[in-house]
Amino acid sequence: MTNAPAITLSGSYRLDQIPLFSDVNLHLQAGEWTCLLGKSGMGKSTILRLILGLEVAGAFTGDITAGDGAPIDGRASYMAQTDLLLPWLTLRENVVLGARLRGDTADLGRADQLIDRVGLRDYRDAKPAALSGGMRQRAALARCLMEDRPVVLLDEPFSALDAGTRADMQDLAAEVLAGRTVLLVTHDPAEACRLGHRIILLTAEGTQNWPVPDSAPIRRADDPQVLQGQAALLAHLRGAAA
Amino acid sequence: MMNLLKRLQYPILAPLIGLSLWQAVVWLTNAPHFILPGPLRVAQAGYKNWESISGHALVTATEIGLGLVIGILLGVATAINLATSPRLARLSLPLLVFTQAVPVFALAPILTLWFGYGMGSKIIMAVLIIYFPVTSAFYDGLSRTPSGLLDLARTMGARPSQVMWRIKIPHALPSLASGLKLAAVYAPIGAVIGEWVGSSNGLGYLMLLANGRAKTDLMFASVFVLAIMTVVLHRLISMLANRVSAMAASGEAPPKI
Repeated sequence: MTNAPAITLSGSYRLDQIPLFSDVNLHLQAGEWTCLLGKSGMGKSTILRLILGLEVAGAFTGDITAGDGAPIDGRASYMAQTDLLLPWLTLRENVVLGARLRGDTADLGRADQLIDRVGLRDYRDAKPAALSGGMRQRAALARCLMEDRPVVLLDEPFSALDAGTRADMQDLAAEVLAGRTVLLVTHDPAEACRLGHRIILLTAEGTQNWPVPDSAPIRRADDPQVLQGQAALLAHLRGAAA
Repeated sequence: MMNLLKRLQYPILAPLIGLSLWQAVVWLTNAPHFILPGPLRVAQAGYKNWESISGHALVTATEIGLGLVIGILLGVATAINLATSPRLARLSLPLLVFTQAVPVFALAPILTLWFGYGMGSKIIMAVLIIYFPVTSAFYDGLSRTPSGLLDLARTMGARPSQVMWRIKIPHALPSLASGLKLAAVYAPIGAVIGEWVGSSNGLGYLMLLANGRAKTDLMFASVFVLAIMTVVLHRLISMLANRVSAMAASGEAPPKI
């Protein structure tokens, strides 16, 4: 994925005339993972929705641009905390949903390859209800890969999973999304320290860069620097909350 | 065998208790048979007039059936149109509610005047009475599509028509199913009101006729046939509706529309 663009969002956002965040300057490096942390209600998901071009409740003033100057619309895909699988479709039909919704013919062969890649080969024809939470997020990841967009925006996609499954999903996502420009909105300092090329904190005053461990992601969960980093980040977040 | 008996215990027991109570009231009040006939007398009247009753029942059943099909199709089409165009919905929903505030009973005479004494006016009556429940239940379901799914579709560059067919409609099928169940109970009411107001055929006509000639037993027999028809219709529609809901929940493939 060599054509993944950098993305810059700068501006302020007001909800019912009350500024939620002002003078934010968020820069996503091309082809890298950026992790966005901050208190609940600070507007993390709003930033993600703004980049995706989805409706938001308040008013945003500012600019959202891609590094190559082309529009972002149509180049970004989305994964949410819930899997958003359609319960009446099989896993394979869910993976090719995008093509179906655009009225295109679905490439079922490629869908099967991607389903294999996320380790769900035996469940192609299963309904989402027959899958565990972790498997459903894998299916959502396969659907996201099927869209093959250079920009991927993740809104806490692993937060509802148990610790072991979450670590597996982080490994898998880092592997299959390598080379794309990724924004991961998360609450979890450990996740940010494992996955982020950069970590950005969102506060009412704006954005703040947080130092990441020296090694390249994805980092081992028991890497001493990761452990140290997540402890420091947690302490900072708690301090900021107090 | 024991299992079957156990399963049928209440469906058999409940009518038996009902019939006994009915007979008890007849004995206790000592009412003359043209005021309150006993169950046996009603059964006899039903048997004796079976040819006439079944003929009229067929007319009423046809009116109900056609009314249901037309009413459901109209209701479904309206709901989809309203869900496609929010502006149309804002404009016509108050109008729809207003038309519902007019009791169908009040419209029956004018409908008979307009559409004649034949089946037409009864079918229209049935359509009118089920149109709103079907429309409002289905529209409700269509406008409750989870916003996450719509966001996902938006980021995928989906066509609105595809979002309707592949996401909104399957998701709203359980709501449509509850509208259909209501329709199954309302449609016979519409048809019978139509027959009361003016007709020479159908169970509603037969009831009026029997009542006017103090053939209370025949009137009761007609009421029973109508009630049984409605219950059977409700069961059939419920079975269909539950199947449709199960499909949307996870079961089989959705209908290819």
